[in-house]
Amino acid sequence: MTRYIIRRLLQAIPLLFIISAVLFVLMQNMGDPIATLGGRMVTRPADRQRLARQLGLDKPIYVQYLFWLIGNDWTKADLDGDGIPDTQGTRHGVLRGDFGTSLVNRGVPVVQVIADRLPNTLILMLSAEVVIILGSLLVGVYSALHQYSIVDNLVTSVSFIGYSMPIFLIALMTMYIFAVNFKKWGLPYLPTVGMFDPNVGETVPQVIWHMVLPIFSISFISLAAYSRYIRSTMLEVLSQDYIRTAKAKGLPRREITFIHALKNASLPIVTIVGLELPLLLGGAVVTERIFAWPGMGRLFLDHLSASDTPVIMGILMLIAIAVIIFQIITDVVYAWLDPRIRYH
Amino acid sequence: MSAQVNLNAIPRLAPDEIESPPLSLGELTWRRFRRHKMAIVGVVVLILLIFYTFGGSFFISEKYANQTDTSQRLNAPSTLHRFGTDTVGRDILARTIYGGQISLLIGLTAMILETLVGILIGASAGYYGGWLDSILMRFTEAMLNIPQILLLLVMAKFFGGKIPNIPLLGRTFSGSVVVIILIIGLTSWPYLARIVRAEFLSIKENEFILAARATGAPPFQIIFRHILPNSIAPIIVSATLGVANAITLEAYISFLGLGVQPPTATWGNMLEGAYKYIESAPWLWIFPGTLIVLIVLAINFLGDGLRDALDPRSRTV
Amino acid sequence: MGTLLDVNNLKTRFHTPEGTVFAVNGISFKIDEGETLALVGESGCGKSVSMLSILGLIAIPPGEIASGTAIYRGADLLKMEEIDLEHIRGKEIAMVFQDSMTSLNPVLSIGRQITETLHTHMGMNHEQAVKRTIELLEWVGISDAPDRLGAYPHQFSGGMRQRVMIAMALACTPSILIADEPTTALDVTIQAQIVELVIHMREQMGMAMIWITHDLGVVAGLADRVNVMYAGYIVEEANVDTLYDDPRHPYTNSLLAALPRADRRRDHRLKSIPGAPPNLLVEPKGCPFAPRCEYARERCWDENPGLSVVGTNHRIACWVDIKTGDLR
Repeated sequence: MTRYIIRRLLQAIPLLFIISAVLFVLMQNMGDPIATLGGRMVTRPADRQRLARQLGLDKPIYVQYLFWLIGNDWTKADLDGDGIPDTQGTRHGVLRGDFGTSLVNRGVPVVQVIADRLPNTLILMLSAEVVIILGSLLVGVYSALHQYSIVDNLVTSVSFIGYSMPIFLIALMTMYIFAVNFKKWGLPYLPTVGMFDPNVGETVPQVIWHMVLPIFSISFISLAAYSRYIRSTMLEVLSQDYIRTAKAKGLPRREITFIHALKNASLPIVTIVGLELPLLLGGAVVTERIFAWPGMGRLFLDHLSASDTPVIMGILMLIAIAVIIFQIITDVVYAWLDPRIRYH
Repeated sequence: MSAQVNLNAIPRLAPDEIESPPLSLGELTWRRFRRHKMAIVGVVVLILLIFYTFGGSFFISEKYANQTDTSQRLNAPSTLHRFGTDTVGRDILARTIYGGQISLLIGLTAMILETLVGILIGASAGYYGGWLDSILMRFTEAMLNIPQILLLLVMAKFFGGKIPNIPLLGRTFSGSVVVIILIIGLTSWPYLARIVRAEFLSIKENEFILAARATGAPPFQIIFRHILPNSIAPIIVSATLGVANAITLEAYISFLGLGVQPPTATWGNMLEGAYKYIESAPWLWIFPGTLIVLIVLAINFLGDGLRDALDPRSRTV
Repeated sequence: MGTLLDVNNLKTRFHTPEGTVFAVNGISFKIDEGETLALVGESGCGKSVSMLSILGLIAIPPGEIASGTAIYRGADLLKMEEIDLEHIRGKEIAMVFQDSMTSLNPVLSIGRQITETLHTHMGMNHEQAVKRTIELLEWVGISDAPDRLGAYPHQFSGGMRQRVMIAMALACTPSILIADEPTTALDVTIQAQIVELVIHMREQMGMAMIWITHDLGVVAGLADRVNVMYAGYIVEEANVDTLYDDPRHPYTNSLLAALPRADRRRDHRLKSIPGAPPNLLVEPKGCPFAPRCEYARERCWDENPGLSVVGTNHRIACWVDIKTGDLR
């Protein structure tokens, strides 16, 4: 098992290099970083050139990539344009943990910029993941056990509609119903902006209350898809011979459903949930924008518009690493859970 | 008279074969499809939407759809503007018609692009195997490891403003439409490539492929005349659902402001910033939003039906 | 010896999109304590379905038990509530299935799959259940039983798995063991081992058995009585010796004639039964075997014969006397 993990990790390394190279190339021509960094002060060509040299943008792209990877503190850069490299570089490179500094938040290390926002997104993501897993299990198992009942048909219809809707539409609808209209009708309504009410402060109840609508929006689509999936998996499992054997042994129905059947049906869920992460992260971007949630998704959008390349690269690499690690974890967990793989 | 019946040596006739004539694959597929009533509903809705968007342009000109009139901004639905007006006074009904055309266009074209790329890469990897397979699959994996939306946003920024407006058929299409088609097509192929590769890997092992090779058929012929037709089912399903996916993705990016730029309308960019007016002007997002849901639903129904019809092994949910 | 199970006029149907399948068409039989009854017939003749119907293991819908009673110790199993049936299944009447790979839960250890019946039916606690399970496993011939408790079905060979299934079924000492083609999927040598094992268990425990099979070879050494089924009907009932010595139904005759025998000449051609398996979508008017029967008369097509006595404990459902070729 450990060998498997190590092998996967090793395989991931070239993958990450490829990803970073592809992304890096894309990052070029992404607007005007010089303008971002310099602000209004950069109108004269000389100023632009100086900033370009400072950012290392005057070098060919593969050199830029190299510097990004391993830094430039081992070489001197020519900052004053006289053709003589004389200023020591200060960057350590990504491989040593230095993602550079943000162009928007001048001088602040990218790592810190991201770290400030990361926890907020994590809270949202992890809670959403829990909601998705529990919710789809509940709904899926119930639907399977009460096939073709009114509830089942209702759930199927809602699910179908649900995963045909883009996230922001769900967000808009829920906002409309639970925030706007509830307010109009005098019912207690859900907040739609930010993580907490500035007047009350960042308390746990505040944050939770503010999380309700965003989590609902993020998880609804996945919930819709997975409850259908669990339903069909459960139905398939329930028609298997070993369930017939369990019944023939006179085991109580509850035991058959939740132990004999569910244990088999929930195996594929592990894989799917694990691989869901990229999608959730994408959804977070939109949701955070709508609900003004101060997380990484919003950070991404804001800094993308400002062409803040280092931060964008940082976020994307972080996500790529997270996705890969999550994939490995998922595979390992699955192999551990399925005795046919564990004791082959 | 004693009825001495001797049904001798009829080789294994299954009971229902005796009663009904054998059906061709096409007929069997149609029958199962027909049973899937939802798919029929999907097709009907799809046709209606196509009539709405393309037929509607006979009644309303594009100029009218793009005509701004700030004195009429944010009007609620009325007899003059049945769906209301948007933030700069344009008629929303007209914009949903022309927006629909663009959304559908994007959906179809992006799908074609991603299908072509997906088949190309998947087939090459699956057929040739070896190092080509390894490289292509590494690349595919790399693409899959980045959330598509983020990739799209970055690429939209990258290509943004690079492609000029295109005059075609008497109308002007914003260059951003081409950008969107390109980037959606170029980021959606990995899913299909994996499916195609898997199909190729399994079909390649069949004996009729060996026979084709033994008779000297060149790889091109084997791929396109032998393997591909046998793997067409998942490709069709994937392509169908790919249209819905492309329309949705366009909506996402346009919603975030990086998609198709006005004045060209799409159902997606009509939703941009609509969350700011959620209370004051819900008609801004209700109409285009509903249309998006309708078309995606219709295509999903259709895709589900096709999947059931074409793959006898798939289970119904 | 008392009668344990008395089944009368059992009819089971399935409602499918293609029509109604008449799977079991009015069968009746009795099982006494300690008796072994073999239920013989080709695939689809209704032998498995009838047993599953009795235990309430048929999915309803699309299944339907159209009529019949199955009296076990005074109570009708077909009319019982599910909760009461749960007390019977596994404890009083146990079943062993054909495919041990798919009939055992792949994600639960075999130890667990046996101990759970002991928990449920015998109220044992964990220690007692484990002890008994080890005993059972050793009894069915699984070596290193204590170590194997945590093993999973896929880690066993086919024959071993079948032994596990038998141990599982006999764990709560049922009065009746129903074995649904338990050896069909096994190699011939393993088959023999399993049959021997079962005979051994029967001697030890004295349970009654219903052995379902299509293989007349197995029946000879195992059963006391045999019921031959065709198209959902019982066409012949006899003691085992009588069946082999003096089969009276054309179908039984054909089945026996189709058996390869070591004492025949090498160039003796195997006799096969002409025609196609019966179409169960149609409720037959006359004798269901008529289309394939070499003795068929006009009456056979018009009227279903029903079972009638031809000897001691010997009944057949036939209009024709196969010895003479005339109507009876």
